[in-house]
Amino acid sequence: MSEKPQAADAPHVVEEGSSGTAPAPRRGFLAGMGAIAAGGLAFLAPVWSGIRAALEPLERPRQDADLVPVAKLAAVPDDGVPHKFRVVMDRVDAWNTHRQLPVGAVYLRRAGDSVEALNVVCPHAGCFVNVAADRSRFVCPCHKSSFDLSGAVNDPASPSPRDMDTLDVEIRGDEVWVRFQNFLPGRAEKEPVA
Amino acid sequence: MRLVLDWLDDRTGYRRLVRAALVEAIPGGAKWRYVWGSTLTFAVAVQFITGLALWASYSANAQGAWESVFYIQNDMAGGWLLRGIHHYMAHATMILLVLHLMQIVVAGAYRAPREVNFWFGLALLFIVLGLSLTGYLLPWDQQGYWATKVATSIASITPFIGPALQEALIGGADYGHLTLTRFFALHAGVLPGALIALIAGHVFLFRRHGVTTGERPAGARAGGNPDGQFWPDQALRDAVACLAVMAAVLYLVIRTGGAPLGAPADASEPYAAARPEWYFMFLFQWLTYFPAETEILGAIVIPGLVVTLIALMPFAGRWRLGHRFNLGFTGTILAGVGLLTWLAYAQDRADPEFVAAQHRAEAAAERIVELARGPDGIPPSGALTLLRNDPLTQGPQLFADRCASCHSYDGHDGLGNELAEAQTAADLKGFASREWLTGLLDPEQIATPRYFGGTDFARGRMVRMVQSRIAGFDAAQRDDLAKVVKALSAEAALPQQAALDEADRDEIAEGAALLASESIGCTECHEWRGAFEQDLGPVLTGFGSREWLTGFIGDASHPRFYGDSNDRMPAFGPDEILSEAEIGLLVGWLRGEW
Repeated sequence: MSEKPQAADAPHVVEEGSSGTAPAPRRGFLAGMGAIAAGGLAFLAPVWSGIRAALEPLERPRQDADLVPVAKLAAVPDDGVPHKFRVVMDRVDAWNTHRQLPVGAVYLRRAGDSVEALNVVCPHAGCFVNVAADRSRFVCPCHKSSFDLSGAVNDPASPSPRDMDTLDVEIRGDEVWVRFQNFLPGRAEKEPVA
Repeated sequence: MRLVLDWLDDRTGYRRLVRAALVEAIPGGAKWRYVWGSTLTFAVAVQFITGLALWASYSANAQGAWESVFYIQNDMAGGWLLRGIHHYMAHATMILLVLHLMQIVVAGAYRAPREVNFWFGLALLFIVLGLSLTGYLLPWDQQGYWATKVATSIASITPFIGPALQEALIGGADYGHLTLTRFFALHAGVLPGALIALIAGHVFLFRRHGVTTGERPAGARAGGNPDGQFWPDQALRDAVACLAVMAAVLYLVIRTGGAPLGAPADASEPYAAARPEWYFMFLFQWLTYFPAETEILGAIVIPGLVVTLIALMPFAGRWRLGHRFNLGFTGTILAGVGLLTWLAYAQDRADPEFVAAQHRAEAAAERIVELARGPDGIPPSGALTLLRNDPLTQGPQLFADRCASCHSYDGHDGLGNELAEAQTAADLKGFASREWLTGLLDPEQIATPRYFGGTDFARGRMVRMVQSRIAGFDAAQRDDLAKVVKALSAEAALPQQAALDEADRDEIAEGAALLASESIGCTECHEWRGAFEQDLGPVLTGFGSREWLTGFIGDASHPRFYGDSNDRMPAFGPDEILSEAEIGLLVGWLRGEW
């Protein structure tokens, strides 16, 4: 051991404030400000890039929802009752590109040669709305929002702030194409997400 | 040894630290009712230990999260125990927190000088709620997925920043990989970090102020109890209480077989049993009382006011009646929470659609375990592909969606719901089985809704033949008919009848010959092994087999089947009402192939 021998019971503790004397107030103030500025600057890049990464989803360019084929017209029964169809489309999920992934579902209801499409997601809080067992209405299994078969709120006590979200439909040949979009929940006006 | 410890103390001063930690005067001596804070710290420590171990096996991505949790739960040695402890200790933490809070309020321990520490405690409560909310999503099962959707939907109605908050939270417009990575970062990094910092501050302030004895006015020395020390008197009580908490948690883990894991999350699959954990159920129920745009009142404004009032308790406590007010307020809130929770569960129990949805969820959870343990295991595309290609899972849904407007299955719509409309076509449970065919050829049954009752065929040749000719059969002919049924049913090669078909090979051969005989006379109207008089009814060769059924569902109007006399059966194949894969799933389900 090259260390200098010490007295056996002298603890190796540096007493607070034992070293040096207090600097002149003016110099001390400048040094303090300098320390805060330099330290802050040192943290600037990591904190900024961290916040930026956290908010990155907000910066991502919005994609317009395209129409996608959802069903054959013949597959939508002309019975006045909405029927559920899976929406299968290409979907980029961060680092993966999925081809033909079931990304959600729509209710299609046929009226002669035209078709109405509703998003299955409840405009209240995002649950998957069901057609009631007796097929007389839609009912949300979460907070019991209730809609008639056209998707309109049919009960003043219904928690949903708006009717179920209608989607653009086009009949192309014998196929039903739908613009599959989700909308922000919990507000009276229908605002698309992304 | 002593020398080594002396040296260590000389270099580190650890003895002073240990003394500072263990030597704490407890006025009035150690007491059982001081244990709650320690049990909470213990619960948090257990969550850190089990959480880190779970972290080592968990994968936060949309095609791997459920799968890794499945692995932990079912394949990893002791994984179910680890996950079960983490799950139930989270519940215990909630209970202990509320007990702790109640104790603080009852003892008035929020009063000066402990205001800041009371707020630390409140902040800790919210961090723990955040931990359970984020943790609920991580297994990426249907339950966590849909319940968390409700939570992030509520986040989106926050004034001004709502939509941005939701998007930043879920990492985009829709749930996906980034939702999991973000929730995991919150659950395992941000929130635990904040938790440690707040607990450190909480304990530091607690040591600064000492325990709240509650029994005696400050400064006065009442009763005969001498002051005690934390070590070892209180430490012993604390340790015993921690052990009791752990025992309770272990009891729950072992009794339930660990934490539940539902079927993997699927945005395209309805899930009508979505509910949050029990300690959030009161909020869930609360939201049902706020129609339309008043949701913000129920979800944000009123809860915000309640929390603000709780946070202001230290100041309210300064009034003459302030403490009583605080007690009453806390009691009212707890009673309200209790009532809402009870209402939520009572209403769900009384709702047949919810109960049915819960049973379906349980069945799907069991089914996915069977599939994942199947010969092919879980593919890299995730466990969801197993369910999407599973006849037992998809068949009933396809049936309910596409077939149940005319047909029934064992009297219901395939999913167990009552039929919405009166049944107009045959009940297909056990189609082509011996039992089903026996009923078809029974004069009493053929014209009932179970078979042809609701169709044009009710007045057709087949029904007339059964009701006249077969009704007049003697005993010998009835024996022959039974053999014919066996032969025809054997054509289907149903997996459930394989053993029977094998055992009755001779009778089946006899029946096959009898089918074309004059006394039974099927070939008067049906083709059987190339023989027929008139080709009127469906071909009987291969009746009910996979190939036959696929063709029939595809197009019942094909000359092989009903031809022009087809009643209302749509051409599911050529009209592409069902895809080839969907027809395959339906056929597989009807035939019991899974």
